[in-house]
Amino acid sequence: MSDVTADTLRYSDLPPVMATPNYLTHGRTLGSWLTATDHKRIGLLYAFSITIFFFIGSIAIAIDRLDLLTPAADLVSDDTYNKLFTLHGIVMVWFFLIPSIPATFGNFFLPLMIGAKDVAFPRLNLTSWYLFIIGACFTVACIVAGGVDTGWTFYTPYSSQYSHSYVAAAAAGVFITGFSSILTGLNFIATTHMLRAPGMSWFRLPLFVWSMYTTSAVMILATPVLAITLFLMTAERLFDIPIFDPSQGGDPLLFQHLFWFYSHPAVYIMILPAMGLISEVFTCFARRRVFGYAAMVYALTAIAVIGFFVWGHHMFVAGESPFANLVFSFLSFIVAVPSAIKVFNWTATLYRGQITFESPMLYALGFLWLFTVGGLTGLFLATIPIDIHVTDTYFVVAHFHYIMVGGTVSAFFAGLHYWWPKITGRLYHEAWARFAALLMFFGFNLTFFPQFIMGYAGMPRRYHAYAPEFQIFHVLSTAGAAVLGAAYLMPVGYLIWSAFYGDRAGANPWQATGLEWQTDSPPPKDNFRAPPVITAAPYEYHTAEEGPPSHERGLHNVQGTAG
Amino acid sequence: MDLGNLFVEASRGAAEVDTDFLILLLISLLILTLVVTLVLVFAIRYRRGSPAKRGLLPSFMSHEFEIGWTAATAFLFIFIFWWLVAPPRLAGSPQTPALQIQIYAKQWMWKVEHPNGAREINTLHLPLNTPVHLVMTSQDVIHSFYVPAFRVKHDVLPERVSVLDFYPTQTGTFHLFCAEYCGTDHSQMTGDIIVMRPEDYAHWREVQPQSDTLAAEGEALFHSLGCSGCHDPASPVHAPDLRGVYGQSVPLQDGRHVVADDAYIRDCILMPQLNVPAGYPPIMPSFANVVDDSQIERLIAYIRSLRPGQELPK
Amino acid sequence: MTSDALREPWTDLGRQRESSIFAIWLFLGTEVLFFGGMFTSYAAYRFLYPEAFLAAGHETNIYYGSVNTLILLISSFFMAAGDLAARAGLFRFARICFPATAILGMMFLILKGFEYNDDLEKHLFPGPGFPLPEAGAAIFWAFYWVMTFIHAIHLTIGIGAVIRLQLASRHDPDWLKHSAAPEVTALYWHFVDVIWVILFPLFYLAGRS
Repeated sequence: MSDVTADTLRYSDLPPVMATPNYLTHGRTLGSWLTATDHKRIGLLYAFSITIFFFIGSIAIAIDRLDLLTPAADLVSDDTYNKLFTLHGIVMVWFFLIPSIPATFGNFFLPLMIGAKDVAFPRLNLTSWYLFIIGACFTVACIVAGGVDTGWTFYTPYSSQYSHSYVAAAAAGVFITGFSSILTGLNFIATTHMLRAPGMSWFRLPLFVWSMYTTSAVMILATPVLAITLFLMTAERLFDIPIFDPSQGGDPLLFQHLFWFYSHPAVYIMILPAMGLISEVFTCFARRRVFGYAAMVYALTAIAVIGFFVWGHHMFVAGESPFANLVFSFLSFIVAVPSAIKVFNWTATLYRGQITFESPMLYALGFLWLFTVGGLTGLFLATIPIDIHVTDTYFVVAHFHYIMVGGTVSAFFAGLHYWWPKITGRLYHEAWARFAALLMFFGFNLTFFPQFIMGYAGMPRRYHAYAPEFQIFHVLSTAGAAVLGAAYLMPVGYLIWSAFYGDRAGANPWQATGLEWQTDSPPPKDNFRAPPVITAAPYEYHTAEEGPPSHERGLHNVQGTAG
Repeated sequence: MDLGNLFVEASRGAAEVDTDFLILLLISLLILTLVVTLVLVFAIRYRRGSPAKRGLLPSFMSHEFEIGWTAATAFLFIFIFWWLVAPPRLAGSPQTPALQIQIYAKQWMWKVEHPNGAREINTLHLPLNTPVHLVMTSQDVIHSFYVPAFRVKHDVLPERVSVLDFYPTQTGTFHLFCAEYCGTDHSQMTGDIIVMRPEDYAHWREVQPQSDTLAAEGEALFHSLGCSGCHDPASPVHAPDLRGVYGQSVPLQDGRHVVADDAYIRDCILMPQLNVPAGYPPIMPSFANVVDDSQIERLIAYIRSLRPGQELPK
Repeated sequence: MTSDALREPWTDLGRQRESSIFAIWLFLGTEVLFFGGMFTSYAAYRFLYPEAFLAAGHETNIYYGSVNTLILLISSFFMAAGDLAARAGLFRFARICFPATAILGMMFLILKGFEYNDDLEKHLFPGPGFPLPEAGAAIFWAFYWVMTFIHAIHLTIGIGAVIRLQLASRHDPDWLKHSAAPEVTALYWHFVDVIWVILFPLFYLAGRS
């Protein structure tokens, strides 16, 4: 290697990884995993659980997508179709996207990045995982019993009075999982406040930590509202008491207000962690300080705060007053500003860098494109006259998939590839990883871009049978989904292979500055061999005075050292 | 397949929505092109090992630069809001009185009631160049009345009246979709909006059954079937007075209470012994083989129209 | 210094205590929004049906409600005293206060059970035979049942937490001083109490002003 630096030399001089027990080898029984309070193991427990749910949710929608190849409803029955897309929504939102980055990478890396031994409340952390699993059991039970057909939005009075499916079980699953995410958020906030290593001041926190912090704040403030809303809906359904029931004087829109008061911020629970993660990747592979660190922090905070006041833009055609519509439209435009700042700052971070295109960087660049498209189409939806036309059509479906799948899932894969050597201590096959990244990008666009067009042409969402003129777009979309499915399966193959047969990674294969890279790969059970001391701001990939040199990767300044 | 028809603009205001859309599309494409071009240029120019100049950021890329693009973005977004969202829009023109049509949504059909009493299901005939004012309500869950060609949509809620105004400017047949998920056959809750030239529309109206409204037909049935023989308050037979009963809670002989809604009245006509109201002898005969569904619908409409204490014609 | 109270990943008790207090405040923030969803809905409906809500509020049992309010306020006194005593090292006094708190909490639940029974006998559970004709009255009662029930669940958890204090300090009263558990439990207990203090006027006093 031509670019060996002082740091890598130091770590490659250390004794072989297997000599000291790391967090993986510390205990080898199943019991040692199921009772683990180590944040890294809990992160992996989550990773394992959400991967299962990711594939359950994918299979559900794959069947529906296949059915949509033809305008007629021919593959499955109407009820099955409805139950499958509901399953897809519930599983992907609450059992994959919301826990995806926070509960896996957040759990694994938040303490490492701030130089802590663990999260503030390790047993509470394990409790969160068990709550998640209990919630998951309810959801699986609901699926096995016959499913639920309300859509992930559970709108009343359909959910509370009319649906003949297992609404209560599904709501119970989401309710319990909600407490898992509340407790995780609480743990992260307390950890960030109380356990930063000496020298880790607030404005030295890596942006990923900031994103975890702001996400956690949204989690603990928004999730309880969802919990109580679903509780009220279920109480109405089970005990037949009037809470939302319009025929007994209930307000038909109250549920929607409460639901979106959670579910809009939930979008930010899903995208803020992605933003933080992408900042880590961009700086590392551009060898450049992040452009406008403070602005990035303020943008994260602004999104988290303003995100609480835009829920009404989901209800422009529901019967809100015109004045409320205007206010929510205005605030929706405002909340787009900090997102735009982030996009510009990421772009500017590339300027005068030393860019390489390893797979995490490819995912990050894909993220930038997809998130920008998703964000810009958000402006269309904030514009009331356009929203009136395209809400509840495939335009909206495409928009939020660009944000949540194009954005969050791309970022999840970027993080997975970026941190995989740290988590497992092994290197995956780079060529395969790059191929998967490109395939995912093209598959994604082929799946969802046609949905913008058919959405604007009026194709409503959640339709099993549709008018024949939309078929061409559905065919394209289904073809794209097949590509996307293949691209999602590939990492499962090469990553698992690498975990057993991959080359040893070394402590810091990317020569990154973050504290998590200044310990062994995989890290020891207590994270660091000695308590770390933080001596620098994050992302010092080059000296402030000179910037990176033109030909070689400059000496970077790591955030701190262990001991 | 004619893709050109996908984006047909068939109402006043539709073109305006499309213009807004194109303006935003243009702005978005500019922003996207800017970002993608910068990323591509940087990615190539500053790839590792390239001879391009590195070093410090040039002095113009300072805090002011950042504040500049923040302000520019904020200004652009607020400008879009002020330009495209804030101005009030009028669907109809105030000169001509609007054609008011009742829409009843239920799982999974659209029922239409024209002002002259003509009724349609899953079809709505409209005259060209006439403002239309829909008064919509749902009989069960939330639905949404969506006509893509008109670029209009509004949710239809139970126990609440929603209104929707538009102005068709093109003849033809257009899709009507239910856009709010409403259960099993949500995707079959579709219909046709048929916009006709005024003379065709007048002709269509001619051939519709020139009857009164549902309730008036129900009243005729109420007498011809003999219902009035017992249920008339002046009748010697002890039978419930139906004036104002609709929507009220009715105490039953077995102690239960039921709300006198469509389903209950229907049961009473078909299976009178099932829900005998408290204080009345179970003497009503079943009309199960006497009346059909459409007649029941008319009877219910009549009973619904009765007000407490209303004077009944003989 | 006992090491029983010190847990991973902390290295000193003061910092650990500070974190626990911080975390319980965050949790109470969550709880505020949890109940906030119900209070908001209650407010919306009371705004829609002011008369029906007043009429329905007249049907609640003011005697049970008032006595229960008193019981909870006294229980909060014992909880606070127990917490302060634990921190001051007066373990015997603290270990008298905790059972007193728990017993008062249980008394509340028992009285609430009698009250529920009373309400059921008057058919005040919305459904067939519900005696109030006004639209909206049934909604008032739906909220009465849901909110008092959720409050009772919270109180039950609180009683469990207080009993845990008593049991955990059985062999090692010193634990009470080092652990943040008494203070955390007290904060939670007071929160549940405060929720009742808001529920009481909403359900019992609304129809009687």
